[in-house]
Amino acid sequence: MILTNIEQVPGKRIVAHYGLVSGSTVRAKHVGRDFMASLKNIVGGELKGYTELLEESRKWAVERMMTQAQELGANAIVNVRFSTSSVAQGAAEIYAYGTAVTVEDA
Amino acid sequence: MTELVALLIRIALPLLVVVLAMITGTICERRHFQAIARREQALGGLPALTVKEYPADRPVSSARMVTGSVVVSIDHFKRFLASLRNIFGGEVRSYCSLLDRGRREAILRMKESCPDADLIINMRVETSSVSQGAKKTLGSTEVLVYGTALTFADQAV
Repeated sequence: MILTNIEQVPGKRIVAHYGLVSGSTVRAKHVGRDFMASLKNIVGGELKGYTELLEESRKWAVERMMTQAQELGANAIVNVRFSTSSVAQGAAEIYAYGTAVTVEDA
Repeated sequence: MTELVALLIRIALPLLVVVLAMITGTICERRHFQAIARREQALGGLPALTVKEYPADRPVSSARMVTGSVVVSIDHFKRFLASLRNIFGGEVRSYCSLLDRGRREAILRMKESCPDADLIINMRVETSSVSQGAKKTLGSTEVLVYGTALTFADQAV
């Protein structure tokens, strides 16, 4: 599965479009991480627990999007976008979406 | 007497935390910025562009999506400065350095995830606040950077 965030796949030709595919996860901070983060908040700097959480949830969202594309018979997703929004206090959504296509060597 | 001690503790303890936060926070931030500058120097050969166009006359051997993300927060002292700023208005410098730090770190992580690439195109930056700190002040910020990494099949001219 090839992913790009431009309209085509460089070096390849798009032969079929399958429309929009998307994946999302809603993540919440868990208590332990929250506690460590609140300690780290005093001195500032990177909050590693949250960075990992963000990375994990991004991977999940992308994976769900890729599964959807595979079910459609696509072998690439173009024009992928990410969007984050906070649903409630302490929980946030990460949403990945793109267009499933089939590409061939040009 | 005990009242005086209690009052002293109530005032001195938060003050101590703020002063400690100021010292460690400033040292950490300076170190981080030095590290960022050094890594940016090392990765100077891999440009990240926000345009979608790429040199069409060069054969591309691989194109893939790359991402980089980071969550950073500021120290208590800077948060205190920012809350003072809220009274008079104007640019909040302490938050500027936080966002600058986060974005540059995220871009560096994206570049470091694809050392074999020649060019990153259509780079996008997504910033959002993860957690609300005490009294609705900005607690920390998360930055997600993504783009398409290209590797050319021929050698650079």
